[in-house]
Amino acid sequence: MKKYQVKIAPDECKGCQRCVIACTRNVLAMGKELNIMGFPAATVQSSDCIGCGICFYTCPEPGAITIYREVADDAQK
Amino acid sequence: MKYEVVHGRSKGFFDSFNRRPGAIKTNMHYCPGCGHGILHKLIAEAIEDLQIKERTVFISPVGCSVFGYYYFDCFGISVPHGRAPAVGTGLIRSDENNIVISYQGDGDLGAIGLNEFLQTANRGENMAVFFVNNAIYGMTGGQMAPTTLPGQKTITSPLGRSVQSEGYPLKVAEMVAALDAPVYVERVALSSGRNIMKARAALRKALQNTIDKKGFSFVEFLTGCPVNLKKSASEINTFIDEQMSKYFVPGVYKDIAENRDPIRRPQPVFAPETVKQVLYGSYTQSAAVRDFSKLQPFFNKERRIKIAGSGGQGVLSLGYILANMGNLRNFNVSYLPMYGPEMRGGTANCSVVISKQEISSPMVDSNCNLLIVLNQQSFDKFLPELKTNGFVIYDSSNVTPHDLLPTQGAYHVNASELARDLGDLRYANLAILGAVSLLMDDYFLEEPDKSDFEAVVAEAIRSCFSGKEKLITPNINAFYLGKHKAQPN
Ligand SMILES: Cc1ncc(C[n+]2csc(CCOP(=O)(O)OP(=O)(O)O)c2C)c(N)n1
Ligand code: SF4
Ligand code: SF4
Ligand code: SF4
Ligand SMILES: [Mg+2]
Repeated sequence: MKKYQVKIAPDECKGCQRCVIACTRNVLAMGKELNIMGFPAATVQSSDCIGCGICFYTCPEPGAITIYREVADDAQK
Repeated sequence: MKYEVVHGRSKGFFDSFNRRPGAIKTNMHYCPGCGHGILHKLIAEAIEDLQIKERTVFISPVGCSVFGYYYFDCFGISVPHGRAPAVGTGLIRSDENNIVISYQGDGDLGAIGLNEFLQTANRGENMAVFFVNNAIYGMTGGQMAPTTLPGQKTITSPLGRSVQSEGYPLKVAEMVAALDAPVYVERVALSSGRNIMKARAALRKALQNTIDKKGFSFVEFLTGCPVNLKKSASEINTFIDEQMSKYFVPGVYKDIAENRDPIRRPQPVFAPETVKQVLYGSYTQSAAVRDFSKLQPFFNKERRIKIAGSGGQGVLSLGYILANMGNLRNFNVSYLPMYGPEMRGGTANCSVVISKQEISSPMVDSNCNLLIVLNQQSFDKFLPELKTNGFVIYDSSNVTPHDLLPTQGAYHVNASELARDLGDLRYANLAILGAVSLLMDDYFLEEPDKSDFEAVVAEAIRSCFSGKEKLITPNINAFYLGKHKAQPN
């Protein structure tokens, strides 16, 4: 069961590739489709994210990358 | 399954960048991969985490980051090129609780603003300077910066920077660390993930120092300008880590904040009256009477007085006394002594303007209402400046008047002779002030202001000679003697 998830907001990304290069788990890749700004956005290609945050900090865009952590669901306890 | 955000858009940024023109309101104007963006995120996150939004002022420089104030949800000021530390000084001096971030590029800080920056650092102003060293002038399209590396090609160093002709890159962290005042100096690199995390810690430390009022903190960020350096994301990281970092070695250059007490400076004063009191305490005097009782229409206009004579005749102190008299009766006054080659030529002069309105110019070099001259040379020289309906008062021991218009009035007194008889030539100025008093009585004052004029002469003398009590009575005597001897022509 995966504990962390990375999400890319395609229209916030400028396609600089910094996150793709930085991720040691090879989670991210460059997509082909152009976003509203005309850049090819990064995409998530695997579910191996460990939530290290490196992609987030290396990305120059405020809201392109968001990293989530799974939390215990009270209802299921 | 529920998820929470561990890393996401910071609340230190505005939710929507409404100040940014155009349709795109959620991301910034920087080129893809730009180091400014990486640093902005670190700053926004720190502003949020340290809870300093309400008192942070982000100063946007000239350079690519000129629009910094579009993004941060705190106060923002955009300043002229290189002047961020000067504006920051004003901000911190006017309210010590401001958290000032001076964000500056290498052109901004290292070239045009180097002096402001160093002086501010040397004064130890309580602020955090974030120095974006991208080895280039980014905004203007890739010209050589003070930090451009030896051999680095830019559009203004097409053959590569030559240390022979352009000198060596400016090592700002080393330079500022050599000063005594700064408390924290570190250089970091916005390249790999690890290095960015080091930069994040440095930035927070600098802000914490500022919050703790420890003084001047400086962090130099080696950053990428992929566009002007024509490099891909991986090439730019390599450039930063392998080329820039060789020359600009990352590390802590100074960290003495722990040993420093928080800065305490005198409370600034802003209220105009208080400022006057502090600056001109001795000039803002409380007079015996505030105003003349029956202000004549004569005083509706500003009155421009020129006093001239030989050095040693007390010309300048006479001007000073007249200005003081005006001040004591609630006039605006200006006093402008003239030094320079003229004094060596044997004459001294000063301009005094007395007005109920704001004074237009303190310089009396035309439209003179009252010319007071103590030697012939001054009479000859300044008579042309006298208005056609002006008055001249001269020392008849030294001056033979000529060329006066029928519309111009004249009074005289043998001031120098009287002064000599009183035992000191320096009483000549007060003796001639006696003639001024007579002129005022004859034309421009009504009782009780005639007596009040004499009273204010004495008040002004007392204030001008305070500390030299022995001189007060003889000077007052010289005034009355002069008034007694003075005559209209
Ligand atoms: C007084 C003044 N001189 C020159 C300029 C032109 N100018 C604009 S940005 C800049 C240099 C910017 O370089 P840097 O400070 O390194 O910022 P960067 O864009 O690289 O972040 C210059 C010289 C100006 N705007 N104002
Ligand atoms: S958080 Fe770490 S592991 Fe996950 S995508 Fe980003 S860099 Fe890769
Ligand atoms: S670092 Fe950010 S802007 Fe660059 S490709 Fe990745 S998500 Fe896009
Ligand atoms: S020109 Fe360089 S410094 Fe300026 S926004 Fe583009 S990449 Fe950034
Ligand atoms: Mg630059």
